Amino acid sequence: MNWIDGGDTARVTPRRLPLKTREAVWGFAFILPWLLGFVLFSLGPIVGVFYFSLTEYSVFDVPRWVGLANYARMLREDELFWQSSYNTLYYVALRVPLHVGLGFLLALLLHRNLRGIGWFRTAFYLPAVMPIVATAVIWMWLFQPNVGVVNYLLELLGLPKILWLTSDLWAKPAIVLISLWHVGPIMVIFLAGLNDIPDHLYEAASIDGAGRFRRLLYITIPMMTPVLFFNLIMDVINSFQVFAFAFIMTQGGPLNSTLFTALYIYQNAFQYFEMGYASALSVVLFLVILGFTVIIVKSQARWVHYERL
Amino acid sequence: MVRFGQGRWLDAATYVLLTVGAVAFLFPFFWMVATSLKSLPEIAAYPPTWLPGRPQVGNYVDALTHQPFGLFFRNSLIVAAGTILGDLLAASLVAYGFARFRFPGRDVLFVILLSTMMVPFVVRLVPLFVIFQKLGWVNTFYPLIVPHWFGTPFFIFLMRQFFLTIPAELAESARIDGASEFAIWWRIMLPLTRPALLVIAIFSFQYTWNDFLAPLIFLNDTSMKTVTLGLYSMIGFSGQESWNWIMAAATAIGLPVVVVFYLFQRQFIQGVTISGVKG
Repeated sequence: MNWIDGGDTARVTPRRLPLKTREAVWGFAFILPWLLGFVLFSLGPIVGVFYFSLTEYSVFDVPRWVGLANYARMLREDELFWQSSYNTLYYVALRVPLHVGLGFLLALLLHRNLRGIGWFRTAFYLPAVMPIVATAVIWMWLFQPNVGVVNYLLELLGLPKILWLTSDLWAKPAIVLISLWHVGPIMVIFLAGLNDIPDHLYEAASIDGAGRFRRLLYITIPMMTPVLFFNLIMDVINSFQVFAFAFIMTQGGPLNSTLFTALYIYQNAFQYFEMGYASALSVVLFLVILGFTVIIVKSQARWVHYERL
Repeated sequence: MVRFGQGRWLDAATYVLLTVGAVAFLFPFFWMVATSLKSLPEIAAYPPTWLPGRPQVGNYVDALTHQPFGLFFRNSLIVAAGTILGDLLAASLVAYGFARFRFPGRDVLFVILLSTMMVPFVVRLVPLFVIFQKLGWVNTFYPLIVPHWFGTPFFIFLMRQFFLTIPAELAESARIDGASEFAIWWRIMLPLTRPALLVIAIFSFQYTWNDFLAPLIFLNDTSMKTVTLGLYSMIGFSGQESWNWIMAAATAIGLPVVVVFYLFQRQFIQGVTISGVKG
């Protein structure tokens, strides 16, 4: 009797806890790295950015509490805040529809089962793997106003030259155009969505006499709305953070026409060492992105079609 | 018959559109490489020449020694190695916890994990800089590497989806033999997830190799720069006349990611696909 007890306890020493608790402890042990990382690098910084936004802080001394002064300055005195907000909204409004639209269009074309289609898929994805700095310098050179090849091609077509990145009118559209070169990932997500549409839907529609266009309108597009919804949200979030293109190619110019919010945050934080003000700008950007995300999520009941299986 | 003809037309139209598009998408690559092989007079020439008269291979040597690119490549490789290792270990560990154990709050925590993917990096920039500055880590590779050892949400998600496809019974016999959960993960599960680990390694590599903002903020010394910072500094240092060097450097730093993409296209597509459709 005794030896059974003893033997049992010895064998199950690590299992002295009830099985459920034991499982929970192991579960937490496994996710512990992420839990710590979440507190240190996500939650902490978000709390931190709200706190710093209420201070004056240069990193080299201690934060000094200033209440809402940073926000007052932003809204009342700072022209560049409004300029950068306008630039960013302009960029998002122009870029998101073009990027999502181009990705969807390419996916439709590349979804077709034609000879050599894999080669085309590679070609359209390839630019997206290039480092953003490489992309930026390549396009600076392509868009060079005097000897650049894009203007040369325009001239061949009998069109006037454009100053592109050196014109306050054209710099934003030029950056949007450059950003479209990285359409690959969004295109592949659409492609995967198209692959998931069951064939029998198309077959049934064909039997009912629906042509290609009708099938696109009544099957493909409704079935793709969940993917579209996902791509739209991610693209809005990403587009609001546009930074590197402007930082590398234009430094925010000409005439602040490409001074985007993220770039303005960077300048305040790391060039003027106004961490407090940069944090206030970050908080506003965060709330704007959150607001747009919520609006898109709320809107999904109206247009996103979920197949009940 | 009519339908067949219509299909042909559509095929032809698709090919035309795709060809025009592909030429436009690939032209910048061609122009980058062509420019990288041109001489200075050819760069300044207008109208531009399509191909270099005599390819100047020496441009590559000049461009990559004009700035210490050997050092930059070494730095980028160190950062990439540290990041990939951390991403692989942490993503697998955490994902296994989410996939295989029941514990209170698990599902809520997983939703939180997914939503952190949407928290803009730009918004966290200032506090992150403050943290690493206080730790004395500015101008070291730690700020670039260490966060990855706590797990990257997207990779954790990807890995969890993969673990869910592995039958739980595989662990049972080991458990009966008295292996600890940690040993089961390390010896049995990890080897089974090799395909997913490969996807993560590729994405992690592409991400760090291409990253610009984090190195820009955390690395100041020339001796610590990564390849992307190296390329960036060439714009500041030279006027219009050395675009051939800049394009040579762009080609050189783009080549590793292009090669990795070419070799592992299938994994790339899998990874991107999971991020969208299953999300």
